[in-house]
Amino acid sequence: MTEEIIVAGFGGQGVLSMGKILAYSGMMQDMEVSWFPSYGPEMRGGTANVTVIISDDRVSSPVLNEYDTAILLNQQSVDKFESMVKPGGLLVYDGNGITTHPSRKDIKIFRIDAADEAAKMSTSRTFNMIVLGGYLKIKPIVKMENVLAGLKKSLPPRYHHLIPVNEEAVKRGMEIIYEVA
Amino acid sequence: MKKDILLLKGNEAIAEAAIRAGADAYFGYPITPQSEVLEYLMLEKPEERTGMVVLQAESELAAINMVFGAASAGRKVITSSSSPGVSLYQEGISYIAGAELPCVIVNIVRGGPGLGTIQPSQADYFQSTKGGGHGDYHLLVLAPASVQEMADFVKLGFELAFKYRNPVMILSDGLIGQIMEKVELFEQVDRATEFDQSWVTTGKTPDRERNIITSLNLQSVMQEKHNFKLQAKYKKMQSEVRFEEIECEDAEYLMVAYGSSARVCQKTVQLARDKGIKAGLLRPITLYPYPSGKLNEMADRVKGMLSVEMSAGQMVEDVRLAVNGKIPVEHYGRFGGMVHSPREVLEALEEKIVKK
Repeated sequence: MTEEIIVAGFGGQGVLSMGKILAYSGMMQDMEVSWFPSYGPEMRGGTANVTVIISDDRVSSPVLNEYDTAILLNQQSVDKFESMVKPGGLLVYDGNGITTHPSRKDIKIFRIDAADEAAKMSTSRTFNMIVLGGYLKIKPIVKMENVLAGLKKSLPPRYHHLIPVNEEAVKRGMEIIYEVA
Repeated sequence: MKKDILLLKGNEAIAEAAIRAGADAYFGYPITPQSEVLEYLMLEKPEERTGMVVLQAESELAAINMVFGAASAGRKVITSSSSPGVSLYQEGISYIAGAELPCVIVNIVRGGPGLGTIQPSQADYFQSTKGGGHGDYHLLVLAPASVQEMADFVKLGFELAFKYRNPVMILSDGLIGQIMEKVELFEQVDRATEFDQSWVTTGKTPDRERNIITSLNLQSVMQEKHNFKLQAKYKKMQSEVRFEEIECEDAEYLMVAYGSSARVCQKTVQLARDKGIKAGLLRPITLYPYPSGKLNEMADRVKGMLSVEMSAGQMVEDVRLAVNGKIPVEHYGRFGGMVHSPREVLEALEEKIVKK
């Protein structure tokens, strides 16, 4: 099994950290992982993206031009990456602020209104974990216990008290994601 | 002892490996895309873990001369920078090579020339393998293609640097520096050095002559003699050639790529084979010494070679020299901070080699 994922959105949305938690979760499941961020100017206000590869085998190229899954969290990302999903692949997007929705017929498109949902939760910073939950509902490539172990690994100890609220967010994401016809 | 497996960035792996390899000192000056090396070291407080000194110098010039000083005292010293910073190092590197001092220099290459971009590039190949500074000298150049090798080559780099009393360069780029991968770390090496210390300048003792470390020799006859000695050393270093063969056995078309381009090409090999093209990849691990012998031998078995590098075509010259006209050798690569994708490389392979 090899899953090649791009996560893209605004800098500050937690794109890179969501990728990191995914990579850590894969590692906790004894899989090979690679995490390649866009770095530099994008991090400061523009768009940010990260390529995460989780595989049973040694990861070859960390740079890709097509993806099994695209998780797209703003309009620019939808515009840029929709065409780069492999035929039969998966596109997950947050509807917040989207005016031109993804429309390909040869891929599966799921929508998750995580920004709205995060606003209802005790802390809106769980946004990216809601999205992650939604994705894992569709493609359960890592087990929940490994996501929690991954969270623990990637968060500094001073934030470990936030693990339960993040777990709740992942579960909430699993509930609210839906397929767009 | 339990295995230490961590998820680290390439840059962090360099830093952690420096501590574990028993380095005595790191001197550097921050520059993207390698700033995590210094950041990690500052956070990790190696002065408490092993007594290693970590110092942010006031400039690259200061940093490389601190390396010169520490190396003169026989210390295991490492520095890291990125392209424009490494250009500033060149005077010091030439002096260090001339004075025959061991050290490890890491270059996390970014797009150039000039300040260029902060994105990955491999356009410092000439600078790293052909000299860079003035005078007849060579660095021993290692090219890691994974976070694991970033860590391993720090330890290997110290071993080779002291074995030959020669600066070792780890030539990587913004891609390998920034990706996070699993890395299995080696156990802590003692700082108390296992290497020969008979030449170091730590104070004369009554039982021996003075040790002199210098790159200055005003008598040309003596300087020529010193150059002969250096050349003999570089000849001896040829035995350190390292490379990796990927699907080379039955290959009809061979890609030659190092570092992050080699990672991209690994995927291209799969894509090509899915299409029925028998492609292989030879990955030089040492760029100096270069695996010329292996490439010359491969030239008898394959129909053409494509040198893939994120530059306008630098390593391709060494591939052509090695092949010596036996078969066509072409170059492909994006540059200036752009990274070629596996499919772009496949298209180039078909266009420039397979269809020819």
